[in-house]
Amino acid sequence: MARIIVVTSGKGGVGKTTTSAAIAMGLAKKGFKTAVIDFDVGLRNLDLILGCERRVVYDFVNVINGEATLNQALIKDKRCNQLYILPASQTRDKDALTKEGVGKILEELSKTFKYIVCDSPAGIERGANLAMYFADDAFVVTNPEVASVRDSDRMLGILSSKSKRAENNDDPIKEYLLLSRYNPKRVKLGEMLSVEDVQDILSLHLLGVIPESKAVLSASNSGTPIILNEESNAGQAYLDIVERYLGEDKPHRFIDEDKKGLFGRLFRS
Amino acid sequence: MSTDPKATSSNSPAFEFKSSVITVPVLNLFSADINVISLQLREKIKQAPEFFKNSPLLIDLQGVHEQELNLPLLVDAIRNAGILPIGIRGGTQDQKQVAKDLLLPIMSAQSRTTSANLQTNTKETKLAAPPPTPTEKNEPAVIENTIIDQPIRSGQRIYVKGDLTITAQVSPGAEIMAEGNIHVYGTLRGRALAGVQGDESACIFCSDLQAELVSIAGNYRISEDIEESVRNTPVQIYLNKQALLIKNI
Ligand SMILES: Nc1ncnc2c1ncn2[C@@H]1O[C@H](COP(=O)(O)OP(=O)(O)O)[C@@H](O)[C@H]1O
Ligand SMILES: [Mg+2]
Repeated sequence: MARIIVVTSGKGGVGKTTTSAAIAMGLAKKGFKTAVIDFDVGLRNLDLILGCERRVVYDFVNVINGEATLNQALIKDKRCNQLYILPASQTRDKDALTKEGVGKILEELSKTFKYIVCDSPAGIERGANLAMYFADDAFVVTNPEVASVRDSDRMLGILSSKSKRAENNDDPIKEYLLLSRYNPKRVKLGEMLSVEDVQDILSLHLLGVIPESKAVLSASNSGTPIILNEESNAGQAYLDIVERYLGEDKPHRFIDEDKKGLFGRLFRS
Repeated sequence: MSTDPKATSSNSPAFEFKSSVITVPVLNLFSADINVISLQLREKIKQAPEFFKNSPLLIDLQGVHEQELNLPLLVDAIRNAGILPIGIRGGTQDQKQVAKDLLLPIMSAQSRTTSANLQTNTKETKLAAPPPTPTEKNEPAVIENTIIDQPIRSGQRIYVKGDLTITAQVSPGAEIMAEGNIHVYGTLRGRALAGVQGDESACIFCSDLQAELVSIAGNYRISEDIEESVRNTPVQIYLNKQALLIKNI
């Protein structure tokens, strides 16, 4: 049986797709057969972030409509043979996704995959609801700002009431907080909420803090999930997140401003 | 195997009757003008489309006794807005007859919310605050206790008949309502309405007051009017001669 992870937030542009690509690659590199699905019908970009946009033949909607088999639509990653991508359709409208269709695909994937990562679109409409409906775990991606925190809170309410687990009275979806685009300097200046502020409002288990990093943009542009850039803070943060999710006990990092070395301290006025 | 599964299942009971209390939104009408109602209904739904989608709705006609109301048209308008009327209450004899013809159940009109004092505050509460449908009052008067240990998130609403105890936080944008007292052992950031059926002795207790709105029996105070001295502290909120008081505990 696979474990289904939804990467969600409510708000757009907070880093859901970046996170989906990173953790899917991270889990696959740990040796788990992982599928990552783009639920953002009409605005597909997971394939870009993963660098497989030129190999897309069939998509999620084709499979739902029976126009292609799952095997035909899944794209195998060239860097890691445990990772498969199911791209979204760019041409259909979002009503093309149905609960039955999505359920059938997830069930079929569950037979052979260990993890299924669902990259949710923004909003609280159909696409987002379907992405989270079948989930076992939810990674709630939040930026340290009031609007994003509020939207995540709203999403958490929906997760706890409108999922399959909630409807069947099963154990609730496990919810994790991923605080993304964190900038300790701006937190210090009072321009951003701190980790404690966000924790206080959401009271959610913190899986990790991902720092704001220029490396993310260049990684996206080159189609390389940021987790493969082990030099970057953001890449390391995602690796920590994957390892914490898999049960390792790792201290949180990237919460405080870079400690300047002796040299830096001497020359700071 | 020779047993016919159909034969066995016809011997065992196929159903049972149970009574159950449900919470539904009530539409209190102030006007009989279907056009105006439809227009405002659509506006209202736009603000929370998910909440209203396929929602059951009880139509309360007490406010439009004096007016000529075309009930079939009203029901159509409500259905067209994606809401499902499940009955009327408080109608005139004529209106009840029309409802019968439309196969709409007729509920007794006793349990009207006394949240009328909220009028000045929001139109939202008028349409949204869902008192339970009246049930026959032949059960002994026990206070129903509801305990919730999960955070109440933005967009969620809770309504209970008796006392409500929450051992987690209530987020901004969440709404908790009780006919009795409310206890929040966590930060109260959303709206809390106690004594929503008019019980003026109801209280709200919380361990950290940061609420958007607090109300007892329809007497409310919005966040802006909550004094600094009681903010972010443990408080008791109660009614004294129609005045809503907040004190540190
Ligand atoms: N940690 C980060 N540091 C800097 N930029 C980031 C970070 N995470 C995401 N971004 C940028 O934010 C934008 C939105 O990210 P994306 O993952 O597409 O968000 P979503 O899927 O939630 O809409 C992209 O331009 C992405 O490069
Ligand atoms: Mg995205």
